Amino acid sequence: MGLRTSPLLYLIALVLFLVSNACAPVGPISGAAPEAGDAQTIQNKGSDTIVNLALAWAEAYTAQYPEVRIAVTGGGSGTGIAALINGTVDIANASRAMKPEELERARANGVEPVEHVIAADAIAVVVHPSNPVDGLTIDQLSDIFTGQVTNWREVGGEDRPIVLLSRESNSGTHIYFLEEVVRKGEKGNQALFSPDTLLMPSSEGISYEVRQNPNAIGYDGLGYVTEDQKALAVAIRAGEAYALPTIATVKDGSYPIARSLYMYTNGQPMGVIEDYLHWILSDEGQDIVRELGFVPLR
Amino acid sequence: MTFKQSPSHSRWSEFLIENLIRVSGFSAIFFVALIFIFLVREGAPAFWEVSPNNLFATRWYPIFDIYGTLPLILGSVAVTVGAVAIALPLGLATAIYIGEIAPRWVREILKPLIEVLAGIPSVVLGFLGMIAVAPLVRRYLGMPTGLTAFTGAVMLAYMALPTIISVAEDAIGAVPKAYRDGAYALGATHWQTIWRVVLPAARSGIIIAVMLGIGRAIGETMAVMMVTGNAARMPLGLDAFFKPVRTMTATIAAEMGEVAQGSTHYHILFAVGIILFVITFIINAVASIVIIRGGPRRGGRLMG
Repeated sequence: MGLRTSPLLYLIALVLFLVSNACAPVGPISGAAPEAGDAQTIQNKGSDTIVNLALAWAEAYTAQYPEVRIAVTGGGSGTGIAALINGTVDIANASRAMKPEELERARANGVEPVEHVIAADAIAVVVHPSNPVDGLTIDQLSDIFTGQVTNWREVGGEDRPIVLLSRESNSGTHIYFLEEVVRKGEKGNQALFSPDTLLMPSSEGISYEVRQNPNAIGYDGLGYVTEDQKALAVAIRAGEAYALPTIATVKDGSYPIARSLYMYTNGQPMGVIEDYLHWILSDEGQDIVRELGFVPLR
Repeated sequence: MTFKQSPSHSRWSEFLIENLIRVSGFSAIFFVALIFIFLVREGAPAFWEVSPNNLFATRWYPIFDIYGTLPLILGSVAVTVGAVAIALPLGLATAIYIGEIAPRWVREILKPLIEVLAGIPSVVLGFLGMIAVAPLVRRYLGMPTGLTAFTGAVMLAYMALPTIISVAEDAIGAVPKAYRDGAYALGATHWQTIWRVVLPAARSGIIIAVMLGIGRAIGETMAVMMVTGNAARMPLGLDAFFKPVRTMTATIAAEMGEVAQGSTHYHILFAVGIILFVITFIINAVASIVIIRGGPRRGGRLMG
C-alpha cells in the first residue's frame, strides 16, 4: 500500500458504505411471518401479474383471520408452477393455464394440479403519452412485435424507430401475448418475438421505459397501467370497432386481448386453503380485484 | 496473567493450528473442484441433448427449444470489452494521480472513497443506470432506447474501477524510489518519469489489474440485467454497441427460476455457466501467468 490513512476517514467511509447498503431494495415478500405455534401458513407463489392482487388478498384475509399466515412471492407463472410441481408451495399463481408437459411432470411427481379461475385480466398495449397513435389492429401488433414494422410512421405515427418491450419468457403474460397477438391466435403459426425485443425482468421495468421513451411499445396487465402511460385501443382486424381495455370491454368481450387468471392447488383444496380460495371468490375478494384494476369474475 | 506452557503443549497447539490452516487452504481448492463437478454434471447433458447446430446458432428462444448461445456469448464479450475500454484509461489515470501526483491529504481522502465505491451493491448501480444513465444515452446519443450494451459497459466500468485503481496503484507504489530518483537525475521531467519509467516498471501489476477488472465485469449480473435491455440479438456491426444485448449472466439469472429441474433448458443454463466458468478461468490463468513471468523480472525492460 505505502499509504497511511487516518482512522477518521475510514469511519466516514464505513458510514457511507452502510448508508449505501441501506438503499438496497427488498423483494416482494409480505405476510411472510415466522411460523407461530398454532398458526397455519399458506405458501403462495407465482405470476408477477397476480402478485399485487395476491398480496392485497393475503393482507385483507389475514386481517380478518389472524390465525392464518399467507406468504406471497412472485417470480413468474412458470416459477410458481415449478414450485407446485416440486411441492414447495400450497397455491401457485398463474396468468396462463398449465401446459400439458407441466401437467405431465406434475403427475410424474405425484402432484395432481387443480385449476381455479380467480379473476380476469386484460393485456393493455402501452405507449408513451406523447405518441399520436391511438389504436392498432392485432395484425399491426403482430407485424410490430415480429419486427416487420420497425417505424411508427408505418402505422400512422411519427417518424420514430419502434422499441419493443416484453416481459421475460418465464412470464405467463409473455406466452399469452405470443399466442394471442404475435401469432394472432392461429394454430400452427410459428411466429416469434423479434430478436430485437427488450426482455424486461419486471413489470416495473416495462412501465418505466414506456413512461420515459417516446419510441417504446410494451404490454402488461391492465392493473399495471398507470396514468402516465397511454393504453392503445385494439381491434381484431381493420374495419372492426376499436376497444380500450377497461373492465366493461373485457366483460362484454369487445376487448380482444383478455384472459383468465388462475390459482393451482395440489388436489382439491382442504382446510385453510379451501376457506381462502372460497373467500377469494366471494364478493369481498372480488371487490379487491376491481380495486387493483383487474377484472372481477362477477 | 501469565501462562506456563510446557514445551509439549506448545508443540501440540502448533500442530493443531498448522493443520487447521492447511485444511482451510485446501478446502478452497476442494470447493472449487466440487463446484466445477456440479456444473459439469448439470450442464454437460446439454451438449448431447441439443445438436451443436442449435447450440451455436444465432437465435435464443428457450421456451421453443431454440438454444443458440452465440448472441449471449457475444453479448457478454461486447459489454465486458466496452467496460474495460472505459475503465482502463480512467482507472490507470486515477492510479497514477493517486500514486504519483496527488498531495498526501488528497490521497488520504481518495483512497477510502474508492474503497467505498467497491462496496456499492450492484442493484443500486443498476437502478442508477436505469433511472439516470439510460435516458441520457437515449437523448444525447440519439439511440432508439437507452438500454444498450454501452449503458451496461458504463455501469460495469464503474464497478471494475475500484479493483483496477487499487491494484494498479499498489503496482505503481511498489516501484522502487531509486528508479524515480535515477530518472530525475538523468534530467527527466515528472511526466517523463511516470510514462517512461514508473509505468513500464509497474507493467505486470497493471496487466493484473486489467485482468481482475475483466473478471469482475464478465461475471456481474444484476446491474447488467437492469440496463442492457436483454434482447438476445447478435451484436454485429459498429452500431451494435449502442443497441440492446443479452449477456450470459443475465440469461442465467432471469431464466433459472422458471425451469423445471432436469429439463433441457435447465441443462443449457448450466452449460452457459460452464462457458462462463471457462472464460473466467482462462482470464485468471492468463493473469497468473503474467504474475509468474512478470514478478521476478519487474522493471527488466525499463526504457522499452
